[in-house]
Amino acid sequence: MAHDDGDRHHHDHGSDLSEMQLRTRALETILLEKGYIDPASIDVLIETYEKKIGPRNGAQVVAKAWVDPTFRQWLFEDGTAAIGSLGFGGRSGNHLVALENTPAVHNMTVCTLCSCYPWAVLGLPPLWYKSAPYRSRAVADPRGVLADFGVTLPKDTEIRVWDSTAELRYLVVPMRPAGTDGWSEEKLAKLVTRDSMIGTGFPKNPGDAS
Amino acid sequence: MSGHDHDHHHHDHDHSELTETELRVRALETVLTEKGYVVPAALDLLIETYEKKVGPRNGARVVAKAWTDPAYRTRLLKDGTPAIGEIGYAGRQGEHIVAVENTPKRHNMVVCTLCSCYPWPVLGLPPVWYKSAPYRSRAVADPRGVLADFGVTLPKGTDIRVWDSTAEIRYLVLPMRPAGTDGWSEEKLADLVTRDSMIGTGLPKRPGDLK
Amino acid sequence: MNGGQDLGGTDGHGPVMPEPNEPVFHAEWEKRAFALTLAMGMPGGWNIDMGRFVRENRPPGEYLAMSYYQIWFAALEQMSKERGLMADDEIAAGHSLRPPKSVKRILSPADVAKTLHRGGPTERDTNMPAAFRPGDAVRMKNINPPTHTRLPRYVRGHAGVIERVIGCHVFPDSNATGAGENPQWLYTVRFDGRELWGADGDPSVTVSVDAWEPYLLSAG
Repeated sequence: MAHDDGDRHHHDHGSDLSEMQLRTRALETILLEKGYIDPASIDVLIETYEKKIGPRNGAQVVAKAWVDPTFRQWLFEDGTAAIGSLGFGGRSGNHLVALENTPAVHNMTVCTLCSCYPWAVLGLPPLWYKSAPYRSRAVADPRGVLADFGVTLPKDTEIRVWDSTAELRYLVVPMRPAGTDGWSEEKLAKLVTRDSMIGTGFPKNPGDAS
Repeated sequence: MSGHDHDHHHHDHDHSELTETELRVRALETVLTEKGYVVPAALDLLIETYEKKVGPRNGARVVAKAWTDPAYRTRLLKDGTPAIGEIGYAGRQGEHIVAVENTPKRHNMVVCTLCSCYPWPVLGLPPVWYKSAPYRSRAVADPRGVLADFGVTLPKGTDIRVWDSTAEIRYLVLPMRPAGTDGWSEEKLADLVTRDSMIGTGLPKRPGDLK
Repeated sequence: MNGGQDLGGTDGHGPVMPEPNEPVFHAEWEKRAFALTLAMGMPGGWNIDMGRFVRENRPPGEYLAMSYYQIWFAALEQMSKERGLMADDEIAAGHSLRPPKSVKRILSPADVAKTLHRGGPTERDTNMPAAFRPGDAVRMKNINPPTHTRLPRYVRGHAGVIERVIGCHVFPDSNATGAGENPQWLYTVRFDGRELWGADGDPSVTVSVDAWEPYLLSAG
């Protein structure tokens, strides 16, 4: 039965570490002592996904698709190859499919069964993406989910929800905002939000604060 | 999230050993009683009824009667509610009872996947396992596996029929009469009828099983 | 609702674990919670279908982690509060802090036995003819109401046979929302185990549910 955290008593333990921290430390120590893992590798893995790989990658892909029609076409025909040409790929990015938002169709991606997400272009998924409310409602009531994000689509826009049940990972390519003619890829990339590439948001508009 | 299996810490609170739930229940009872919505003597009677008076012994008597009295058996299988009412058992969560008979070809099992519906007037209140996720999830999908959890294996040619109590109809399984009980009185036969045999997760005792 | 309570066919819950010589109640508070729930039905004015919906209408993780009477008690608290019969500050105080709401009836000790004996029969008279007869082939509708229903997910969309015409009974899907009893014809519908669980299922298993007419499509 869940405890009310407001009532957490302060026990006279030696430190403030939670049970999960203690268990994780214990397991890491054991695995290191047995030589199954290399501590430097652990640090590199953490640094990679905390600092290096993130939605900036996907924003770069989207911005290029906005300015370069040839790339755009390649992206929709063969997402893995096109995205790979920018240096992004590998783990959870071996099979990438780009989805085109149009005035008629809005795409949304989910993994109802766990948390499959295109790490290579978006980094690690946010907690809401992996949690029961999104996973249960995205496929049944996408408009309700979008409302939770403050997003309303026109009534006759078709919503396509893609459930990532296999190793394919989906990247939504949102529509280019108006008033951005002549912008550089780098400037355009700053408008591309993570949520717009999942399908639970739109890119920023030129007027929005960065 | 796991249950707290570690030692309960002894805080220096100067209250009794009551848990948060116990305190809340007491508080609610006090509040509702003070407001006059409930009468403590009525609560005590409700508890006594289901703790001491109404239980599987009722259903065992129904089954024993059906075993010894063919006309009663026919009435019971035709319309359970009045037949059970003849013996004086009726009412809440048993307003519409259907008796289902086990035969060598068919074994019946009763469940309520959606909550815990159970024929109170003949079996009393349901046991925890009946109301819990393992039974509710598996009875309809893998009844033989569930029977194995109860140590029961049915003969190969026996089909299984699972009744999911989704409405107010309540099901009572009429198990097969054990061999070697010719001439037994209803009272003695009732001793063989286990609660689980009337749910369908068990079989009646055999003459040799009685002390 | 497609909630945590709709357990038929779900996995991961482990073996059935009967407790030998299990007592009717496992704690004093369970007895009180049980009796309070039954006794508050009259003053509370809710029906059994409303009560079932309140019990099941919580996050599945909570539902599955709570014990049976914890669920009952939480629902009793909620319904009492919703109807203005009591408030959280009174629970915290352990006493009534304001006058009661006026209620039509309460359960007196003298009435307990006969109230239990009468129960709450759900059969109602009707002029509507039953749409189905024993032997008719039916298919369960694919409905997904966010409110209370007694059509479990594991049978939705599946083909079955009418085994029995039970009668005209209060329809929980309506009754639980306060929309009225709306009695409907009720049937026992039988399914082949393999229809429900796939071709690899046990061919010796048949499953039935009791389903009201609004759950059924003719498949004949």
